[in-house]
Amino acid sequence: MAAPFDKSDDSVVVVIGTGAGGGVLAGELAVKGINVVALEAGGRYLPEDYVNDEWDSFAQLAWTDARTTSGNWRVSRDFSGLPAWIVKAVGGTTVHWAGASLRFQEHEFRVRSEYGNIPGANLLDWPLTLQELEPYYDRAEKNLGVTRTHGIPGLPGSNNYLVFEAGAKALGYKNVHTGRMAINSEDYDGRLACQQTGFCFQGCKWGAKWSSGYVDIPRGEATGNLEVREHAHAARIEHNSEGKVTGVTYFDKDGNEHRQRARLVCVAGNSFESPRLLLNSASAMFPDGLANSSGQVGKNYMRHMTGSVYGIFDKPVRMWRGTTMAGIVTDEARNDPSRGFVGGYEMETLALGIPFMAAFLNPGAWGREFTTALDSYENMAGMWLVGEDMPQETNQISLSPDTKDQWGLPVVNVHFSDHANDIAMRNHAYRQGKAIYEAVGATRTMPTPPYPSTHNLGTNRMSEKAHEGVVNKWGQSHDISNLFVSDGSQFTTGGAENPTLTIVALAFRQADHIAEEMSRGAL
Amino acid sequence: MQKENVLTRRDLLARSMGVAGAFTLGGSFIAATDAAWALEVKHLQPRTMATLVQMARDIYPHDSIGDEFYAIAVKGYDTPEQAPGIEEGIAMLDGMSGGGYLDIGWEADRNAVLRRVQDTEFFQMIRGGLVVGLYNQKEVWPIFGYEGESFSKGGYMDRGFNDINWL
Repeated sequence: MAAPFDKSDDSVVVVIGTGAGGGVLAGELAVKGINVVALEAGGRYLPEDYVNDEWDSFAQLAWTDARTTSGNWRVSRDFSGLPAWIVKAVGGTTVHWAGASLRFQEHEFRVRSEYGNIPGANLLDWPLTLQELEPYYDRAEKNLGVTRTHGIPGLPGSNNYLVFEAGAKALGYKNVHTGRMAINSEDYDGRLACQQTGFCFQGCKWGAKWSSGYVDIPRGEATGNLEVREHAHAARIEHNSEGKVTGVTYFDKDGNEHRQRARLVCVAGNSFESPRLLLNSASAMFPDGLANSSGQVGKNYMRHMTGSVYGIFDKPVRMWRGTTMAGIVTDEARNDPSRGFVGGYEMETLALGIPFMAAFLNPGAWGREFTTALDSYENMAGMWLVGEDMPQETNQISLSPDTKDQWGLPVVNVHFSDHANDIAMRNHAYRQGKAIYEAVGATRTMPTPPYPSTHNLGTNRMSEKAHEGVVNKWGQSHDISNLFVSDGSQFTTGGAENPTLTIVALAFRQADHIAEEMSRGAL
Repeated sequence: MQKENVLTRRDLLARSMGVAGAFTLGGSFIAATDAAWALEVKHLQPRTMATLVQMARDIYPHDSIGDEFYAIAVKGYDTPEQAPGIEEGIAMLDGMSGGGYLDIGWEADRNAVLRRVQDTEFFQMIRGGLVVGLYNQKEVWPIFGYEGESFSKGGYMDRGFNDINWL
């Protein structure tokens, strides 16, 4: 039974957000016997609520509150009010994600040392190593039930995968398989095996894909130590004269403002909302926002180098049948500057339905060049390209000077421009993706521009030194000891890998740290 | 993806029913020459709607998709609020066509006109609306081979998720 806590109870930990970071952290703290109030801006939708329909699901799940954009990225032109495609619901974007669960490579925790000085890039080594994170990667993989780890078999290959695999092997790629996926290849943890339904992005109706919304959150609630408040939109974090945080104000769905007192606060609203909340919490003592003595809150926004390649064949593929992301080539994930860029990228199959293909294949395009591609939809295979992008201090989340949300709070402006390294990597990835499909007879290939961002990282980054970042190696604010960041915004750099597994591993590690510090009276 | 251009399924259903009911409602129609479909217009001139349907087809031409689906996709502009702007936009298009857009025989020549107006608010509103209004009609999905919802059928585990046979 979920525990209702009094709003004046200042012994609770308040976690803001219930996705890969906040949802796992809130559940794990509750399991450890710590009282937690989780504030979730969205509602609760479970597998029976999800819909196998791209636009209807978008309307149900997506974060569509106002945001503004700037910079030379094409998303700013094509989707100016929708810089990110992420979820507003219990479970956050773990409802929508495709399930790819990859560990960072060892060198990706120390890229400043590995890559050297890259002009225009604000590179920094993480204040932690792969070795330190490995035990938590193990826990995360077991929690998520990641295929091809800990004896869990891989998923079978779909049509989209089989085309991709044949092309990749013909090209000489060695590391080609159906992925490390948080999608059950057999019943696991009380959840069913995947039925190859497709619509992974729309929420898995079988519950075969892991989501914190129906795994970690209910596990925490069952202890009686976790209360999740839905439709609770955090507005400000408050502090006392000693500079310690004391609680969080939030709006309920009727627009009434509440104040929940707190012993400590963990911010996990994703790389837009987390820095927004810190900046909107500016006070006389912290005029530039909370945790911002470095000036790095909102800076170094990363979204991964992304793009897609779709190939058209003379025979049917029917890529939409089966998991949305069905396989991977990891050969290009290495750091090999001889390719003309530092860092690496993954190639992962991806399928969209006709409604989203029309919206995303080449936004703004019209005429027969566009429509003949859609006419061949049945004969189409698709892949997504995802690689490490360079943190740049000028790529940033800031408060809009004139746009406010429904609660009267300034929204974020998302400013992003590609670094030359990002562009060189994307062009390489486009060429390799095209070559994969041509190796199995593609009659046409299409390099498709980035979609609204799903991997939003780095805007409250970890650093060894307080003046170079926002939080330390535990996600704890350099400035305020009882304020933590618990989502992907704490990433120092992005790696080539889909970020969710690392966010989950960091959440487990942070939960251990908070519990230890609380038990020895340090927090 | 701009909100004002996103049609709900309810909108689309309402539009489909509007088309089906057109024969019994009376009023102004535009109709296919073989009377396979007809569309009642209440606020737009019939020729304006016919031009809008042709413009929609020229923006997203699919030879195997019938005019009725394009008509459904633009039917929502036939309102007292939207009609004046549409009349104005189509008048502009006709003007650019040296008379009537509908009188231009070849698609390539109509495309040349559209390229000259493609940065206008009017063109972008029509194009943006079609992305959802045309491609989110469940009735057009089978024309592309797309099968839509699959959960109620148990997914594709036993229905061909890996049935490719030509590799």
